[in-house]
Amino acid sequence: MSPASATAQHDAPVVPVAPTGLWSWITTTDHKRIGLLYGFTAVFFFLVGGLEALVIRLQLGAPGNSVVSAETYNQLFTMHGTTMIFLAVMPLSSAFFNYIIPLQIGARDVAFPRLNAFSYWVFLAGGLLLNASFVAGPLFGADRLSVAPNGGWFGYANLTSSLQYSPGPNIDFWVLGLQILGIASLAAGFNFITTILNLRAPGMKLMRMPVFTWMSLVTQFLVVTAFPVITVGLVFLMLDRIFGTTFYNVSAGGDVVLWQHLFWLFGHPEVYIIILPAMGVVSEVLPTFSRKPLFGYAIVVYSGVLIGVMGWGVWAHHMFSTGLGPVADTVFSATTMLIAVPTGVKIFNWIATMWGGRLHLTTSMWFAVAFISSFIIGGLSGVMHSSPPADLQQTDTYFVVAHFHYVLFGGAVQGLFAGVYYWWPKIFGHRLKEGVGKLHFWLMFVGMNLTFFPMHFSGLLGMPRRIYTYGPELGLGMLNLMSTVGAFLTGLSLLVFVYNAWSSRREPRVGKNPWAAATLEWAVSSPPPVYNFSVLPTVTSRLPLWTEHGVSEIPDTPPGPIHVPGGSHWPLMTALGILVIAVGALLHHHFVPSLVTVLAGLGVVVVSVYRWAFEPFEV
Amino acid sequence: MGFVFSRRPGAVRPVSWLAAAALILILVGCSGEPYPQSTLHPAADMSGAIDGLYRQIFWWAVVVFVVVQTALVVTVIRFRRRPNQPEPRHVYGNTFAEVAWTLAPAVILVFIAVPTIQTIFRVSGRAAPGALQVEVIGHQWWWEFRYPELGLVTANELHLPQGREVALAITSADVIHSFWAPRLHGKRDALPGRTTRLAFTPDSAGTFLGQCAEFCGESHANMRLRVVVQPAADFEAWAARQAESPAVDSTAALQVAGLEAFRRIRDPGQHTCIACHTIAGVSGGVAGPNLTHVGSRQTIAGGTLPNDSAGLARWLRNAPGEKPGSLMPKIALSDDEVAALVAYLRSRQ
Repeated sequence: MSPASATAQHDAPVVPVAPTGLWSWITTTDHKRIGLLYGFTAVFFFLVGGLEALVIRLQLGAPGNSVVSAETYNQLFTMHGTTMIFLAVMPLSSAFFNYIIPLQIGARDVAFPRLNAFSYWVFLAGGLLLNASFVAGPLFGADRLSVAPNGGWFGYANLTSSLQYSPGPNIDFWVLGLQILGIASLAAGFNFITTILNLRAPGMKLMRMPVFTWMSLVTQFLVVTAFPVITVGLVFLMLDRIFGTTFYNVSAGGDVVLWQHLFWLFGHPEVYIIILPAMGVVSEVLPTFSRKPLFGYAIVVYSGVLIGVMGWGVWAHHMFSTGLGPVADTVFSATTMLIAVPTGVKIFNWIATMWGGRLHLTTSMWFAVAFISSFIIGGLSGVMHSSPPADLQQTDTYFVVAHFHYVLFGGAVQGLFAGVYYWWPKIFGHRLKEGVGKLHFWLMFVGMNLTFFPMHFSGLLGMPRRIYTYGPELGLGMLNLMSTVGAFLTGLSLLVFVYNAWSSRREPRVGKNPWAAATLEWAVSSPPPVYNFSVLPTVTSRLPLWTEHGVSEIPDTPPGPIHVPGGSHWPLMTALGILVIAVGALLHHHFVPSLVTVLAGLGVVVVSVYRWAFEPFEV
Repeated sequence: MGFVFSRRPGAVRPVSWLAAAALILILVGCSGEPYPQSTLHPAADMSGAIDGLYRQIFWWAVVVFVVVQTALVVTVIRFRRRPNQPEPRHVYGNTFAEVAWTLAPAVILVFIAVPTIQTIFRVSGRAAPGALQVEVIGHQWWWEFRYPELGLVTANELHLPQGREVALAITSADVIHSFWAPRLHGKRDALPGRTTRLAFTPDSAGTFLGQCAEFCGESHANMRLRVVVQPAADFEAWAARQAESPAVDSTAALQVAGLEAFRRIRDPGQHTCIACHTIAGVSGGVAGPNLTHVGSRQTIAGGTLPNDSAGLARWLRNAPGEKPGSLMPKIALSDDEVAALVAYLRSRQ
């Protein structure tokens, strides 16, 4: 009898089945459903952020264009960056954390299932609040519909902290939205650290964990250490705006560079929060489709850990133009160059994994290969930025835009698409269409290179970032037009993906392990049952499904009763309360309504947390 | 087994495409095309030093790019799945190989780090005694240039003597900006409450474009500048003219009317020309650019409009229309007033 059955009540169903209906999704605590919610929401916001990018590219397609106004353009690039980082790529990673990690480590769910639901709802609240700013103008007496954030995703003080320079609610939406998203990330971070460390199946030692789970673990440590830093910065910013404190007010003794230190102290680990999960995905996809284990597993894992640690010592390379002095520039240049070493190691190990293999070039595999190819380019331009004198010319130009899109789009997004095509059959029980997938891949690969490669040149030839217009005298019209055409190709590729996702519904069902992969998530049915594993497996190998007796037998029907966590609506209510608090803070120009709303939200939070804490254990 | 490139042209596509693109970069970088804001066409010692450093790093990057991308593409082509292939041998790692490809990037980085650090100290902004001192002040959205030794104040157009070192002391009157004239030097932020420095010696005469490189609000894109590097004698002549205050030609009725309008005009928001602009002997406002010699500049409006009658008239009629968010409001001026003001301002040579 399994230990789980001891805690189950005698009348619990022997085989739990997933409840159905809208309410069951709203109250769900099943990591797989929460993963799906994260995934769908992330794809939605990815399309929103992509549309913003297309308008940006239309505007820049020719010198002196007037598709949008300066103000609209500034809102669009601010929201594009904020959306893609916090509402698209990070949650898409979260979708995989949620769905895959418990399956990979042989667990029934995450450590704190209701906290997991809370993370999702808070994330959704933050995303909705941020995007509500696009239509909230009339509520704030603005003369335009959209009062979206307009200070850049990096929100440099004192432009953002001073009501003189940013009087509207735009920056308030941004400050409050990011704080809410931080709560979601922190809750999820602690949840997954606990899950990965404590809920591993017997025999799943740390050095037997799949690399995706490993990279996710490193990511979560970065999340729980980096988000408090930006939270401090954001709280200062909020206090400056709402209560007139002077953290960033130079004329009262404050310091604008303080914000930059706090922001980039978070901001650089954030880069690794975005890229490490994709590195983990690629480290799963390459061995499976090469029919070979990952080359140098231990080195790849240690490199990931080392990247996570070193990611904390490089933040000031975002600030070389601030004039920190030659000694600081030298130190941060050296630490930045050093981080190229473990990154390079990973690339060589991935190539060595394929070397001598039998490469099954599925769509997923193409995305993984494209990830490596793009990451080489983004890594090399990163080394160029690590040289402060060179960076003095390149920073805040389109060269940087090219660099980080090669890392975040060519890297993270293509890596995550490798994961989408790879795990789709596990999640939905059928594959995506390969032919349509290849079309998606090639359109995206050509489109993204056509978009971002010319940006290296336009940047070096004098195109600054974050400008809504540029003159014909710069001679950069043709390069910008190339980027614009590429952006629309990339947008088209996403439509192909959406078509693929929709039209694949009737693809034939697949078995447990359609790709003949090695890790534990492929030992259960596709999609997995609500309880994941009929009995908790015992693992004796790092590649359990590629090793004889690598994992104990997992019967198709559970031999005994299984407890699965019940649903709860209190996580959602808590998240709603937090949203109400934020809306109250948005109204800070009107003292009484603001205070009343904040207190009401606080009340909802207190009641919800209380009910959550004392919810009956069995539901 | 061999390298059968012809059978799978699709697999070669990414690299050939990227190689073609890289070729474009090299051609663009080496061509004599007039890119007025290019980082690759230096016209001063410091931009030259940076460009030299960048070219070293660039070629290292090209070597690594070619080697690693080739390894990737060759691997994908050579080991692609073919019928009746046995399951590959499981290789878990190779210590020698892994040590080798850990050390190789480290060695290359040393070759990049050494010239980098040398250049860091060279471009740190310290100037030799005797350098021409210029104060650079960023405003939303225009540049103020002050020559304390010469007693000159101008806007958006920095005049420098060729072959003499210049020391810029950079700060901001409001939010963070970044001074960037790429053909002369890298960028340096203009921070409120702090002074940052750049020093360089322009080595060729000409007009070099630049613009603000740190997002600073609505019209960040319209905060442009130009640096006019002149032979020493021409610079001296320019400085001498700037030190005088041109008198109004009392026989030119339009100019006289313009001066009168400049003094008198008041819009409903109580904005007046003289409240914000200095014209030596006429007014002392400091919120906007000093207009004492506005007629001598090539452009107006943060470098976005030509300084001719049409450009001035457009600006006077609707400043926020030309530069969104502009501190200068839209003022209801009659056609006569615009014509008079244009004539007066153009006379301020």
